[in-house]
Amino acid sequence: MRGVPFILCLIAAAAVIFACGRWIDNSYAFFAAYVVVQYIVLGTAWNILGGYTGYVNFGVTAFFAIGAYSTVVLYKLVPALPLPVMVLVGGVMAGLVGLGTGYLTLRLRGVFFSIATLALAVVVQTLITNWDFVGGARGAYVLRPRVAPLIGGEYVQYLFLVMLGLCVIVLATARAIERSALGYGFTAIRDDEAAAEASGVPTLKLKLIATTLSGGFMGMAGAPLPYYVTYLDPASGFSLNYAVNAIAMPLIGGMNSWVGPIVGAVLVGGLQEYLRVTISSAVNVLVVGVLLVVFVIAAPQGIVGLFQRKK
Amino acid sequence: MDGSIDLLVNAIISGLLLGGFYAAVSMGVAIAFGLLDVVNIAHPAFILLGSYVAFIGNSMLGMDPILAALIATPAFYLLGMLAYQVYYVAFERRNDQSLRGLAFFFGILFITEVTLVLVFGVDYRLVQAPYIGANLDLGVVELPLRLLVPFVIAMIMVVGLQLFLSRTFVGRAIQAVAQDQQALRLMAADPVKIKRIAFGLSIATASLAGAFLIIIQPVEPSIGREYIGRVFAIVVLGGLGSFPGMVIAAVTLGIAESLTATFFGPSWAPAVAFGILLVTLAVRPSGILGR
Repeated sequence: MRGVPFILCLIAAAAVIFACGRWIDNSYAFFAAYVVVQYIVLGTAWNILGGYTGYVNFGVTAFFAIGAYSTVVLYKLVPALPLPVMVLVGGVMAGLVGLGTGYLTLRLRGVFFSIATLALAVVVQTLITNWDFVGGARGAYVLRPRVAPLIGGEYVQYLFLVMLGLCVIVLATARAIERSALGYGFTAIRDDEAAAEASGVPTLKLKLIATTLSGGFMGMAGAPLPYYVTYLDPASGFSLNYAVNAIAMPLIGGMNSWVGPIVGAVLVGGLQEYLRVTISSAVNVLVVGVLLVVFVIAAPQGIVGLFQRKK
Repeated sequence: MDGSIDLLVNAIISGLLLGGFYAAVSMGVAIAFGLLDVVNIAHPAFILLGSYVAFIGNSMLGMDPILAALIATPAFYLLGMLAYQVYYVAFERRNDQSLRGLAFFFGILFITEVTLVLVFGVDYRLVQAPYIGANLDLGVVELPLRLLVPFVIAMIMVVGLQLFLSRTFVGRAIQAVAQDQQALRLMAADPVKIKRIAFGLSIATASLAGAFLIIIQPVEPSIGREYIGRVFAIVVLGGLGSFPGMVIAAVTLGIAESLTATFFGPSWAPAVAFGILLVTLAVRPSGILGR
C-alpha cells in the first residue's frame, strides 16, 4: 500500500495536535481549533468535486445541514448512539442527496449543476423549516454530555477528536484520489470534458462518484455540529458563511492538491477567529468574501500555486 | 360562488401579478445568462441594492420608490459595465469563466449581502407609497395595487426591452453576440463592447426590480438568496434568452407558488422553484421556447 506511510504521518500529526491541546487545556482553544479543523474537512470535501473535476457546488450548506439535522433526528430517536455512528449516518444521507442532485443535473453543462445546488440549499432549508420533529423554524436543543466518553475531560475535546479523525480520513481520501486513476479521470474532466469522454473516460460515472464523496464528507463535517452549538435552528445551520468558507478556503489555498484546503482553512479560519475576537463577527465574514474575490482575480492558483511558480 | 373556487381564482390572479414581478426580476439574468452566457448569480444582490436605493429615496427624500429606482438606473448601468469589465479581464479573456468566474460572482453576492447587513442591519425595511395597501375591487376578485403597479411596469419593461433588442442597431448587435461572436468581430464590431453594454442593461433592470421587491414585501439583506433559485428556474424554463418564454415561465412560477402558498402554506413556496428547475433540467433542458 503506497498510502500507508502518509496515513501514519497524518495520524501522528493529529495525535501531536491533540496532545498539545490536552497540554494547553483551554476550552476556548478546543472550540477555536474545532472550527478550523471543520473547515479543513469542509474545504477538502468541496475540493474533491470543485478542485479536481471543476464543478462548482454552491449548496455546501445543504449537505452540511443534512449532516447536522440527521444528528438531531438520531439524537431524538436514540440519544445513546455514539457520535461516530451519527457522523457516518449523516455522511450517508448527504452523499445520497449529492448522488441524486448530480444524477439529475450533471448530464448537462456544469453551470446547471451549480445553479441547482444553489437552489438545493434553499429547498432543504424549506423542508427543515417545515419539519416540526426537528424543531422547525424554532430550532432544536441538543444536550451535550458534560464529560467526554473514552478520553475524559470536557466534551468539546471529544468533539475535536472526532473532527480530527474525520480530517485524517478526508485528507487521506483526497490524496489517494489524486494519485489514482480516479484522480486522473477527474483532472481529464476538468481540463476538457468532451475530449475525456471521447478518450473513453466514463465522465458521468466519475462525476457522480465525486459528487457523492464530496457531499458525503460535507454531511460528516456537519454531523457533530448540533453537539458543538447545542442549539441548532435553520438560520444558523444554513448560514451562508459555511458555503463561502468552504469555497473560499480551497480557492485561496490552491485547488490542485490536498495541501491547498489545509493552507486556506488554517490561514482564513485562523484570521477569522482572530477578527471575531478583536473586531466583530460581521467584519470577519466580510473579510472572507473580499479575500475570495481578490484571490480568484489576482492569484487564480491560490497560495500553493504562488509557491510552485517560484520554485 | 363557492368559497374554495373564490380562493382558487384569487390565488391564480395574484400568482399572475406575482409572475409579472418575477419577469422583472429575471429580465437581467435572461440578458446576462441567456444572451451573454455570463452566469451572474449575484443578480439578486444587485436587486437588493436597488431595493435599498428605493428605500433611501423613499424614507429620506420622500420620493416614490419606483421614481427613486428609475433615477438610479444610470448608476446601475455603469456598475454593470464595470462588473463586466472586471469579469472579462479577469476570467473571460483567460477562458476561466466556468469555475473562478462563478466563484467571483458568488463572492460579490456575499460581499453585497454582508455590507448591507453592516450598513442597514438585519431589520426588515419597507417603503411608503399611495398604492401600497390599496385594492382595485373588481367584484369577485380584488387586485392589490401593490402587485398591480409592479406588474404593469414590468410588462412595459419587457416589451420595451424586446423592441430594443429587435429594432435597434445595438439591440441586434447584442443578439448577434449571443449567436456568433466571431462573425460579429468580422463585421468590425467589438463583441466586448457590445457585451459590456448588454451587461450594463442587465444590471440596470435590477434597480427597478429592486424597487418592485420592496413594494411587494419588506426587505432584509439575506432575502436575495431566495431569488437565485427562482430567477434561474424562470430563465431556464423559459428557454435561455427568449423573452416571451421568460414571461410565460415567470407567470407559471408565480401561479404555482401562489397556489402552493394558498393551499399548503406560504413556508412551502420557496421549494416550488427548485422543483420546477429540476424537472425542467431533467425533462426539457432547452425550456419552453428554447432556441
